Amino acid sequence: MSDTTASNSRSGETIRANPRSSALRAAGPWLLSAAALVALPFIFRSDTYLTVMSLMGIAIVFALSYNMMLGQTGMLSFGHAVYYGLGAYFVVHGMNWAIATRAPIPLPLMPLVGGIAGLGFAVIFGWLSTKRSGTTFSMISLGLAELVGSSSLILRTFFGGEEGITTNRTKLLRLTDWSFGSQFQMYYLIAAWCLISAVVMYALTRTPFGRMCNAVRENPERAQFVGYNPQVVRYIAFCLSGFFAGIAGALAGINFELANANLFGAAQSGTVLLATFIGGIGTFVGPVLGAVLVSYLQVMLSDITEVWQLYFGLMFIAVVMFAPGGLAGLVQMHAPVVRAGVIGRLMPSYLMAIVPALLLLLGVVMLIEMTVQLAVKQSEGPAMKLFGIGFNANQPWPWLLMVVLLASAYALFRLVSPRLSAAWDSARVTAAERGIVI
Amino acid sequence: MIASSFKRRATFALAAITSVWCGAALAQDTIKIGYIDPLSGPGATVGEVGLKTFQFLVEELNAKGGAAGKKFEVIGYDNKTNPQESLIQAQKAVDAGARIITQGNGSGVAAALVDWVNKYNERNPGKEVLYLNYAAVDPILTNDKCSFWHFRWDANSDIKMEALTNYMKPKTNIKKVYLINQDYSFGQSLRTIARTMLKAKRPDIEIVGDELHPLLKVTDFSPYIAKIKASGADTVITGNWSQDFALLLKAAADAGLNVEWYTYYAGGTGGPTAIKQTGLNHKVFAIVESFPNDELPSARETEKAFRAKYNTTVLYPRAFNEMRMLAAAINKANSTDGAKVAQALEDMKFEVYGGGEGFIRKDDHQFFQPMYIGSFGDIDKAKEPFDEEGTGWGWRQIAKIDIKDTMLGNTCKMTRP
Amino acid sequence: MGRASSLPLNLWDGATGNWVVSFGTQHFLIKRRGNVLELVLISTLNGVLYGLLLFLMASGLTLIFSMMGVLNFAHASFYMLGAFVGYQISKWAGFWPGLIFAPLIVGGVGMLVERFGLRNVHKNGHVAELLFTFGLAFVMEELVQIVWGKAPVDYRVPALLDFSAFTIFSTNYPAYKLFMLAISLAIFVGLFAMLTRTRVGLIVQAALTHPNMVAHLGHNVPLIFMLVFGVGAGLAAIAGVIAGPALVTQSTMAGLLGPILFVIVVVGGLGSLSGALVASLLIGLLQTFAISSNVSMADLFSFSGFAPQPNTILNDLWRVSVAQIAPILPYLLLVLMLIFRPTGLMGNRES
Repeated sequence: MSDTTASNSRSGETIRANPRSSALRAAGPWLLSAAALVALPFIFRSDTYLTVMSLMGIAIVFALSYNMMLGQTGMLSFGHAVYYGLGAYFVVHGMNWAIATRAPIPLPLMPLVGGIAGLGFAVIFGWLSTKRSGTTFSMISLGLAELVGSSSLILRTFFGGEEGITTNRTKLLRLTDWSFGSQFQMYYLIAAWCLISAVVMYALTRTPFGRMCNAVRENPERAQFVGYNPQVVRYIAFCLSGFFAGIAGALAGINFELANANLFGAAQSGTVLLATFIGGIGTFVGPVLGAVLVSYLQVMLSDITEVWQLYFGLMFIAVVMFAPGGLAGLVQMHAPVVRAGVIGRLMPSYLMAIVPALLLLLGVVMLIEMTVQLAVKQSEGPAMKLFGIGFNANQPWPWLLMVVLLASAYALFRLVSPRLSAAWDSARVTAAERGIVI
Repeated sequence: MIASSFKRRATFALAAITSVWCGAALAQDTIKIGYIDPLSGPGATVGEVGLKTFQFLVEELNAKGGAAGKKFEVIGYDNKTNPQESLIQAQKAVDAGARIITQGNGSGVAAALVDWVNKYNERNPGKEVLYLNYAAVDPILTNDKCSFWHFRWDANSDIKMEALTNYMKPKTNIKKVYLINQDYSFGQSLRTIARTMLKAKRPDIEIVGDELHPLLKVTDFSPYIAKIKASGADTVITGNWSQDFALLLKAAADAGLNVEWYTYYAGGTGGPTAIKQTGLNHKVFAIVESFPNDELPSARETEKAFRAKYNTTVLYPRAFNEMRMLAAAINKANSTDGAKVAQALEDMKFEVYGGGEGFIRKDDHQFFQPMYIGSFGDIDKAKEPFDEEGTGWGWRQIAKIDIKDTMLGNTCKMTRP
Repeated sequence: MGRASSLPLNLWDGATGNWVVSFGTQHFLIKRRGNVLELVLISTLNGVLYGLLLFLMASGLTLIFSMMGVLNFAHASFYMLGAFVGYQISKWAGFWPGLIFAPLIVGGVGMLVERFGLRNVHKNGHVAELLFTFGLAFVMEELVQIVWGKAPVDYRVPALLDFSAFTIFSTNYPAYKLFMLAISLAIFVGLFAMLTRTRVGLIVQAALTHPNMVAHLGHNVPLIFMLVFGVGAGLAAIAGVIAGPALVTQSTMAGLLGPILFVIVVVGGLGSLSGALVASLLIGLLQTFAISSNVSMADLFSFSGFAPQPNTILNDLWRVSVAQIAPILPYLLLVLMLIFRPTGLMGNRES
């Protein structure tokens, strides 16, 4: 407890000490994001896009809350959806209660109910699980997730069994003439909560507490030497993370007007892990990128190909193997080069590398889709369409083309990669010479 | 950088807007049906058969000129057997111009969709969406949660049990019954109604076991079989489907459990293979609305054509009733407006796929038709041409349950627009 | 009521076939139908069999973990792959060649995965390795679905073993299950012999306790890693080949068993083979016996006349039977174990 009060007072000092110009600079990106969030529905008007953007907003809050643990404090959880799902259940029950008793609570405040529920359960489960770190912590999170997931089938009164609990978001007290019935209005509710949550979570990373989380991640012993109990730091991070996961879950509950056991299933916990990692756990914006990308792909990829999960898995493996910093890590890697003004030097080799990358992608997609056509869609015959080109998958030439594509991609990569690394090295050296810290 | 990304965004937006506009334009040309069921993951085995059935039907109806001068079009949406995902896909279907959605796998999904359609229609007057349910059998959908916008063509779980127990009533060899079901809404409603109906119709039957096991999570049913065995049951009633059915039978055959099986879904994908593997010849019964070997000549022709095309049996005769009745209703209403089509469907009488007359009950939008009980085992190839899943075994009809013996009351209080 | 006897004691009354539950001096009858002794015997056999099958998989997982520090999320996927490869070979050449070649093939796949995947990720730390196997599990399931479809395949018990070995009371016990039992035991004995009697075993054993020392002694650690990963995958594949015909061979089979394996490895103690054995048997028996019991709180406390209000959470808890909560018992065990004895039953390392 003393840790939190100490960090709070210290954070107050830091903010006061900040000069006005840097405060403005810090607020800049947020103002831009806010403007973008307001403008987006006027660019993407259809209900499908509004739905997808709402999902992205929810996923962003969830992924950011997850990264408070994974990226910032170094705790790998396999059961984060527990707090998400419970947040959804509590908000749906809360809404039904408010509708039944005509309690004067407007819908926009309701996500707090989910947040508090998430926090409450994180306080209990976190107390059990944060005593351990590393693999043991991960395993406890897995066990707890299975326990809570299964209990939904036992405690039917609360969880509503397989069908879950439904509600109606338009029946609550209205402060304005917005009923939140349309997806357009719902989007703004989610966007507002997404922005607020992101600002608060970002602010948390700037406090001494946020720094202590990083210290605990890097070296718990040293953190202890400076007078912080790593276990307490982990516990607090866990609870805060549970709070925001609860808010995300509550937003999902309100958006679907439904809470069911799927929300805290293993798949949900896995998705947030995938999204956060693909986006990049090393930066604050990483999980945002990952959440946007993964929610988009989840909804849209299944329209294009029925083996969307395979592409999903391959993409994840590729990120783990070749870009462990995630998408944001790739961007961040270039920051010093851009600041040194030598990004232009990389462009020729990047342009060259695009060719084999595209060939590789094309070859892999062909390989997968043709195999699927012959193996899975036997009954539909060998005729298929790929990128708008129709052909028969049982003929030799598309396979030949695929092999040529893959082989030339490999050959070109061999050709380009020395140039690429030479250009990269020279750019980095120049950046270092110009005094830019890498 | 910023300029290019703006440009990209603008083209993206343009593409989005044109696609929406095109969607609206196309919607006037065809009657779009959004098919929302699992097309990936474990549930896809049944979801894909369903999609093929609807594609087959769309071709059949379009060959006859469609309805109200328009052709039908079915678009598959993958819901991954997840209720939330189903709502997203329903939204996508509606945005693409579909005013009719159809779904069948999973009562949880069905309940979520009914709720969504109700809210959508309330919030978007003039754009009403109809939800045609071809296989979700939870009784609640035509009772407490009934909706004007929902129609169900499969006999609900209670109706099937009514028919099944009416068949079991005079069979004196049934003395001890064991119930084993999946632990979720469908399995629970099945066990409850089975108990009530058996008690009323055959008070002398002893229910020696009433088991609920976790849904799709059990790898080895031997412990459950040991329990059935220890109970001395002679008959087992189960609503299990998919792997829960196959594994249950396998474990039973391994342990030499000699009982009769009354099932709902023995005919589902993978079911016949499992029965053949276990060698339970004419010991497994199922209740369905028709069996391929005992149908009208017209239905036999359809069965033959369907098998030739997709190499699988007509798993959903109810989908044929659904789509043919939909076409008739659209013709009758001469409109594709949701409310008008719904009104045309209410109380509609129709010659069903397997023969005989069926009708939709106006009170709860449940379809009623004669039901049949079949047993699975070796068949007389001369008279019974259709086997299942290449096993050489097939279905033989052993009883017909008249429509009056399938009628059950309902608690539906429907609100009409 | 005496303190020592405050726990309920279950006794089977052989004469009447009922259970007698005693609280101190009070005895309560719980009526059971059928033959309970038969149920207990069969459940024990089933539980041991299930436990040994779990051990076959858990042993590979433990080996990999103790050597490389990686909890392999894709381990159950190798089990699934083993079943499908075994099925494919059995279609061409019969069951027995499948039993030999499928584990070899899958072991080879495992080695390739280690060599070209895991090894490159190694430098990014254990979290990255774990996530790599997490993604691999996804991909393997999808690939198997593409090749063999989503429906269960018709993987048969070999004709040689397709008869019932013996009959207890009236239940047949299939010969194939005895065969599974024998194979599992043989592998267990072989594995122990290899680990304690051979040079390779000694190195692996040393790596359990002093991983750094082994590397310093100049052993080709990358090669050992690759071999261990291959052997682990191969062991899982053996389990797949022998379980495939008895259970169901379907792409979902990995997801069904995956999480349980972690429970076993953690409960047994990370890196402890004998711990994994004990935990496997414990969980096998726990689940099997839980399934065979219909007792609920309502039954146990029926004498008190207490009945909670319907439609309350308490009522849900009151009515749920032990059989219904059987699937979550392992996880309950896991959580309790990690809280009270984080090293597991026989482990000596925390993580």
